[in-house]
Amino acid sequence: MEIHRYEKAWFVAGMVLIVGFIATVVYGAVGPGIAMVDDSGGQVGANPIANENYDAVDNFREPGVYRTGENSFDIYVVAQRFAFVPGTGEPIRIPAGSEVTFYVASADVTHGFNLAGTNVNVMVVPGQVSEMTARFDETGTYGIICHEYCGAGHHDMAGTFEVVPQSQYDHDATSDDRELLRAALTAGGER
Amino acid sequence: MATVTPDETDTETGTEEPLLDEERNAFVDKFPNEARLTRLTFLVAFGALGIGGFFGLIQALHRTGAFRGFVSSSDYYTVLTGHGVLLALVFTTFFISGFFNWAITRSLGRGSVDRRVAWSGFTMLLVGTVLAAVAIIGGFFPNVPLSADVLFTFYPPLQAHPAFYVGAALIVVGSWVVGLDWFRRFWAWRSDNPDERIPLQAFMVLTTMIMWYVATIGVAVEVVVFLIPWSLGLIQTVDPILARTLFWFFGHPVVYFWLLPAYLGWYTIMPKLAGGRLFSDPLARVVFVLFVLLSTPVGFHHQYVDPGIPEGFKFVAMTNTMFLLLPSLLTAFTVVASLEHAGRQQGGTGRFGWLKTLPWGNPAFSGMALAALMFAAGGFSGMINAGMNINYLVHNTIWIPGHFHLTVGTAFALTAMALAYWLVPQITGKRLQLRGVAALQPYMWFLGMTLMSNAMHRAGLIGVPRRTAEPQYEAFSYAQSVGGYGEMRIQIAIGGTLLFVALVMFLAVMFATILAGKGGQLEVNSEFPEPLSGAEDAPKVLDDLRLWAVFALLLVALAYGFPIYSMIQSGALDPSIPAVPVSIAGWLPI
Repeated sequence: MEIHRYEKAWFVAGMVLIVGFIATVVYGAVGPGIAMVDDSGGQVGANPIANENYDAVDNFREPGVYRTGENSFDIYVVAQRFAFVPGTGEPIRIPAGSEVTFYVASADVTHGFNLAGTNVNVMVVPGQVSEMTARFDETGTYGIICHEYCGAGHHDMAGTFEVVPQSQYDHDATSDDRELLRAALTAGGER
Repeated sequence: MATVTPDETDTETGTEEPLLDEERNAFVDKFPNEARLTRLTFLVAFGALGIGGFFGLIQALHRTGAFRGFVSSSDYYTVLTGHGVLLALVFTTFFISGFFNWAITRSLGRGSVDRRVAWSGFTMLLVGTVLAAVAIIGGFFPNVPLSADVLFTFYPPLQAHPAFYVGAALIVVGSWVVGLDWFRRFWAWRSDNPDERIPLQAFMVLTTMIMWYVATIGVAVEVVVFLIPWSLGLIQTVDPILARTLFWFFGHPVVYFWLLPAYLGWYTIMPKLAGGRLFSDPLARVVFVLFVLLSTPVGFHHQYVDPGIPEGFKFVAMTNTMFLLLPSLLTAFTVVASLEHAGRQQGGTGRFGWLKTLPWGNPAFSGMALAALMFAAGGFSGMINAGMNINYLVHNTIWIPGHFHLTVGTAFALTAMALAYWLVPQITGKRLQLRGVAALQPYMWFLGMTLMSNAMHRAGLIGVPRRTAEPQYEAFSYAQSVGGYGEMRIQIAIGGTLLFVALVMFLAVMFATILAGKGGQLEVNSEFPEPLSGAEDAPKVLDDLRLWAVFALLLVALAYGFPIYSMIQSGALDPSIPAVPVSIAGWLPI
């Protein structure tokens, strides 16, 4: 088979490009430590989430913000047609400089969970808990967008995520806040 | 060596004299039955293109807020489902079956072994389309208990009417039967010509179909084993992750089912229209074999941000995806080299001077060349999508439809329109009408898509989602970027409108051509000059289709066997996820 020398050079350049792309992803994983969303969140039936029966599962908690350390939080979010709980009725709020692990589960159909313009971006699939960790060093407000079509009111499904200065943060989510979260859940459900 | 002037190129290969009326020997005269089948498939394809394109106009105006008077925001999703199904499934499948029917007939020089196979395949495609279309259109009418507002990805537990899934299944099975007709011709040809190389166009058709048979296993299992029984109430639940995995098993290679027919046009027809010939037949074969092998074991790259799938599977899919760049990079070389050869044959000189001698006024040529150029841009945004970590930034944002409107929406769709300008005269025996409109049309499409697609890509980077009727929210605003979101919305609305104008121009040309009287010599024909490097230079093993089919299946088994086995182990066959039917409007809590 006759291959033109320019074509050989092009082939080599193409292979270098391809191997280079793969190398950048490998570097991203082992260098800056960009992990992929995977099966670490575990499985959870849709029914316990839809029925708010969180005690029945061991890998998901009542929706809300839980402080797990000086600068670390676990945030449990339920995505349901057409609201995030919390997030829609009441913003999710954390102090700047926090490392946050999101656990997101669906109560009904497939949703998306994206902090607009950032790489916090996961699918929320019934039966699974989507787990991902991100660091928020700067203050600001992000939109939370459901980016997977979930029904006729899909375009109303959004919320807000606020990163506030450490000094303004007085929120220590414990059982005291559960009433607030319930209110958010009700507000979301009525949309 | 082909030495032709540009205006002759518009008429003939340049190596023949125009034929007199009474001795016309066009495709329609040689193969009237095959021409008739191709005419009918094109008729359905362009009908779907017209309706689906009109839906696209509605979407471009609605989601940008330019005009929201066509439909309510909840009916937007009916429009969106129709747009996706009519364009990505119906237009493509019908056009490809008609185009491949021409290519294999011409290339092997024989019609169907048994016409009933071809016609039953076409009938299944048609019935499937009608069923799916009726189910989708039912979504506009609240009193009709039919709906399929599930978009063209139909992820459960959103549940459409059974007619939608049965229609989808018939479209897939119909395409298998259509392909069977082509393989039977090939087997008959092979027994008559045991030592011949497979003619290039037939080789491309057959390898594309092998890829298609392997790829559609996923969606066939999803729809027939799970979704149809589930929508009929025979089984209670379907695991959403397993369904997504089976869908994307098919959902990525389907893009090569669209792309490879465009490649057939770029490799074998475009160089001739430019006044030259294909650069290398062997490398064209290598490229198609690579697509057979690598197209399918990549679907997890659509699920990079899915929960429930271990990172390792995603990494394997990413590696395969990156190597899939290779055949497209090789294609870029061969196509450009063929065009440069053609340009220099016309007397073009200088590093880029040869571009000026190409027949830019011939819409069959300019459409394919502009489509190929846009595919290069779409290829670059595809490389971003394929990057497992950077995909976080763009997943399910409007960047993604920005990307695939360059690929299926231009590389395929504009190539199909360009091919129609050249092929429709040959299957109808009528000369192309409204030539001025036709000559302008590819440029109109290119301009519209440039505006729309660049704005969609950039809007995706600030987080604007895809698949939504109203991407603006009360509670927050998007981060500022160059030009701002307002400027992007205007570009999307204007671009979408120009694309619709270009579509109307195309349909007007087709309509006028079909209505035109028969007679007179055609100015195009299906004769092709020999490649610079011919099939005799290609290793014989490339023609061993069985070998490549077996390797393709092995790679698929490697990429999907263990992931699907482990999903089933963790309970995917017995999930407890209730269905959420889209057809019960009163259920919605809004």
